[in-house]
Parts: sequence; C-alpha cells; structure tokens
Amino acid sequence: MKSGKLLTSFVWLYLIFLYLPVILLPLFAFNTGKIIAFPLKGFGFQWFYELAKIEALHTAVFTSLKIAIITSILATTLGMFASRAATRFSFPGKGPIMGLIMVPLVLPEIIVAVSLIVVLIKVLGLGLSIWTIILGHVLICVPFSIAILNGAFRSLDKSLEEASIDLGETKWSTFRLITLPLVMPGIISSLLISFVISLDEFIIAFFLTGSEPTLSVYIWGMLRFPARIPAVMALGTIMLVVSLLLLTASEYFRRRGLKRTGVQDTGGFV
Amino acid sequence: MKPIIDLINVDKSFGDVKALKGVSAQIMEGEFFSLLGPSGCGKTTLLRTIAGFEDLTGGVVLIDGKDMEGVLPNNRPANMVFQSYAIFPHLNVGENVAFGLRRKQLSLSEKSEKVKEALDMVGLEGYENRAAHTLSGGQRQRVALARALILRPRVLLLDEPLSALDKKLREQMQTELRRLQRQVGITFILVTHDQEEALIMSDRIAVMFDGQIAQLDSPFDLYTRPKNREVANFIGIMNFLPGSASQAKKGFLDVTVPGLGEITISEDQAPAGVNGTQVGIRPEMLTILLDAEQTSDRETPGKVLEIDYYGDMSYYSVAVEGVTDPLSVSMRNTAGRKALNKDDKIRIGWSSESLILLD
Repeated sequence: MKSGKLLTSFVWLYLIFLYLPVILLPLFAFNTGKIIAFPLKGFGFQWFYELAKIEALHTAVFTSLKIAIITSILATTLGMFASRAATRFSFPGKGPIMGLIMVPLVLPEIIVAVSLIVVLIKVLGLGLSIWTIILGHVLICVPFSIAILNGAFRSLDKSLEEASIDLGETKWSTFRLITLPLVMPGIISSLLISFVISLDEFIIAFFLTGSEPTLSVYIWGMLRFPARIPAVMALGTIMLVVSLLLLTASEYFRRRGLKRTGVQDTGGFV
Repeated sequence: MKPIIDLINVDKSFGDVKALKGVSAQIMEGEFFSLLGPSGCGKTTLLRTIAGFEDLTGGVVLIDGKDMEGVLPNNRPANMVFQSYAIFPHLNVGENVAFGLRRKQLSLSEKSEKVKEALDMVGLEGYENRAAHTLSGGQRQRVALARALILRPRVLLLDEPLSALDKKLREQMQTELRRLQRQVGITFILVTHDQEEALIMSDRIAVMFDGQIAQLDSPFDLYTRPKNREVANFIGIMNFLPGSASQAKKGFLDVTVPGLGEITISEDQAPAGVNGTQVGIRPEMLTILLDAEQTSDRETPGKVLEIDYYGDMSYYSVAVEGVTDPLSVSMRNTAGRKALNKDDKIRIGWSSESLILLD
C-alpha cells in the first residue's frame, strides 16, 4: 500500500471519528423510540413537540439569548477599540498588552470560571446573576472579536481616512462615513461569532450562573432524567443548525469585507 | 507672481530619524512645482506637512501668508491626490467625487452639476454611477483628481500619482496633468522619484536628498547647470572627470582636465567657482565624428569599448587616453548613419561650452 492511500484513509477515519457523534444527534432526535439505541423505531417530530411544552426550557432559551446578545455587543465594542488601537497606533507595551488580551483564547475555561468566581464572590462580595456570566463570556469572546477585527482594520488603507479628512470631514465624521462602513462586515462577523460562542458555552455559565440557568446549563440538568434524553437530542439538533447557520453567515461577512477593501484572504476561523 | 506657500526652516523628526532638516522654499501661485528625489529623501513627508498630516518639529509653513500651525487638513486650502488614489470602495464614482461637497451648502442639482463638471474635466463624462471597483488604474487616478479639484483648492498636492501606472499610460497622464494644471490655474505640487517625469511636467523642481533641498531650479537650469555631483548624477547621466581650475580673464576660468587638455569656460558654467575639482559633461554633448570631413570645436581620440542599443539611440562607452573611467557618449540612430563596432578607433567631438565645473 502506498503511503498516500494510508494517509487518505487516516483522514477519513479521523473525520468519521470527529463527526459521528454529531450525526447521531439528529438521528435520534427524529427517532420515535424512547431510548437512545439501535435499531431506530420510526421517523417523527414528537421530541420537538415535547420541547415546546417544557416552560423552564423556554426561560433558559431567553436567558441564553439575552446573555449572548449583550455579550456579543460588549465583546465586539471592546474588540473594536483594541484592534483599532493595535493596527493604527504604536504605544509603549503594545506587544505584551495585546498578548494579555488574547490569553483567554488558550486559557482553560475552568480556570477563567474559577478565578472569576473567587474574584466576584470572595473579593468583591457580589452575587451571581446573568451579568456575571456576561462578564465571563465577554472575557473569552474579546480575543475572537479582536482576531476578526484586526484583519478588517489592517486591510483598511490608511489613506482612505486621510483622504476623507483632507476633503473636509472631521475625525469623527470620517469614522462614521468611511471607517465604519468598510469594517462593518468584520463587525457583523465578530457579533455572530461572539453570539455563537456565548450561546454554546457551558463551563463558565455553569460556575457563574445565579438563579437563572442558561440553555447549556439547563441541558446539563436534563441529562439526569433518561426520559428527557431524546428531547435533549432534538434541542441539540436545533442548536447545531443555528450555530452552523450563524458561523456560515459570519464567514460570509468576513470574506465580503476583505473583498470590499480589496485584500487577499489570509485565513480566519472557518 | 506671488508665493502661495512659504516653507521656512521646516524640521520634521520621527523619533530619532530626521526626515526634514531645515527645508526652506517658496512655491509660487499657479506654478507646477515638483519635489524630486530618491525614496527616503523626505519629499513625501514635506508634502504631508503642507497637507497637514504631519506636525512640524520646527519651522513654519505659510499658505497664502497664513501660519498653518495647528490648522487641521480639513481646514487647509490644499487637497491631496494619494499614491494609492484612496478611492472610497463603498461609494460610486459620483459619490466619491461629491464627497468634498458634503459640508458645502449646495442644492442637489448644484452638486450634481459640479460633479459632472469635475468628471468632464478629467475625461470621465457619464461615469457618475460606476462602482469604484470596476475602474482601471488610470480611471481611479482621474476620479481622485476630480474629487480633489471639485473643491477648487488653492493648492493640489500629488503624491507619486503616476507611479502605479504602466509606461504608456504614465506618459499620457503626464501630458494630461500638465494640460489640466494650465486649464484650472491651480498650483500643483508633485512628488516624484522619476526625474524624466519631473523634467517634462514642472515649472520648477526642488531636488531633495537626505531631508534637504539640494537645488531648486527650472528643469532647464537643473539639467544644464546642476550645482553639485549628487544632483547631476540624479538627473540624467553625466560623465565626471577630475579637473583643476584657476581664474583666467574676468568672468572666465581656466580648467585643466587630464586627457582633454586646457579648457576655458565662463564663470556661469562653474557653480563651484575656482574651488571646483571635477568637470561634468552629458553624453549627448559628446559626438562621435564618423569621417574625416566632420569636425568639431574640440576633438579627442578614443576607442569604442561597448555599445548599448536603445532603438532610437545608442550609448557608447569610449576609452580615452589619460581618462580613468570610459566616457559615455550617446548618439541618435538617424537614417544612413554608419554603424560602429566594438574596438573601433574614433574621434570624440565636443565643445568647451558643454562643460560644467563642480565640487
């Protein structure tokens, strides 16, 4: 056997291993059987109907949406400030500062969660609420936002802003008329990515949640009841589809932004 | 003519790097002025200090007699055409050109009339609704010009506007820019590293080296009377030979050049005066005398070492006894002219009036 064939089959095995669990999710969501096992019983939407009946789940969805929307707006705003500063100006300690901001990207979430809980409860004496989860989510979303927006700001020709000022506009009107429209695809992409990350995040939400559980925390709770597991599969399927749609939209906007400013694509997350 | 821009001892430093060292110059109203020099000589920095994008480290910039200290680019009567053209990619041609009119109290019909006028002026009639990304390099350049000229600035600043175009288009745009400048009568300040471009387009040229103006003159004076070797070398080609000068009768100098002999030149040919240590002569001021009937003021024997063929002309590298470096001689390849070969023994004809004495 040639090594090329060996590598090809390795890649296929790897992909199957990676995506098999994901494929099983919709498989059992549309299965009418009560237990998660083969052979499948039949095709039906009953688990989705059941989802619609659980009221606590709806509350959890709204909590998660609230957190995800606020997180994505905060993280993108902060990301915009940081990447604008990093691409336009040079200031003392720029390297280390930017490095520190990006650290949560590689820091284990459990560390972030535990340290936040210590700081919030022991040091600051605050209680847990959705705002503590938002704080944690902003912390892990900002690096993603910066990574996306850095590209958008870097591909923006500095002379475009100078030309606008030269033609009579002020710094602020230039930002509104030139900079913002040109980095808008990057901003939308950052909003969507932050939204998805916050929506799917579990560990920080689990540690920092107060009286209102997020969707991911609620699902974790559901898993203790075997009867609910098919409904969890249905819920997981919905979340999978939503996440994929949002990520695709985000990548579409990121690429459109690069095309608009006429720069070569240098990667991204997808 | 009165000066529109007065640069007085302008200094600019970026950290430890001195980009401009005490630059002083006057730019006259309605002239086509060029800043010419190699990359890193400070010419773009000087342009950007006039536009207001760089703060001065020292000195004064006056526009129309007013000190520009603290005046932001949006309040200066100068507009800029950027090297990258800086066409706003999310706006169409009409919106790009009309951008500067946003803050003017004009009705929509007045605005579109002005846009049409500006586009007509640069030869882009009817391009209002074209998207920015569909434009070619030459068209982008024209849109950038129209956008800057629509405000009728007192001064138009051009930062290497032709460097991104191919040779044919560049030559066409050179003539067109010159025509446009005469038509609108606005002062143009052009930054370029292309000496030919500067010679063709400008009324006056400031040659810059190392953050300083080495010489400010008309193209003709710059080419025929460069003040030092650096300028002479940057503009065109020049042969340099060692020479020593002494005062002859009033207004004239005697120069001794090994290989060429004793030459008398007028003081006008010696910007360095009697302190000059070398003479320069342009390749086209030397002639190769092809047959015995052809004669010249002065004649020097030599031998052809190398021939570079350029189509319309040829450059010959000629060894002359007593001269260390071979002389470069250029000749038009006119009809019926006898072809020369390597190692041909020839005579070089020249005249003492074509010589200049330099430091």
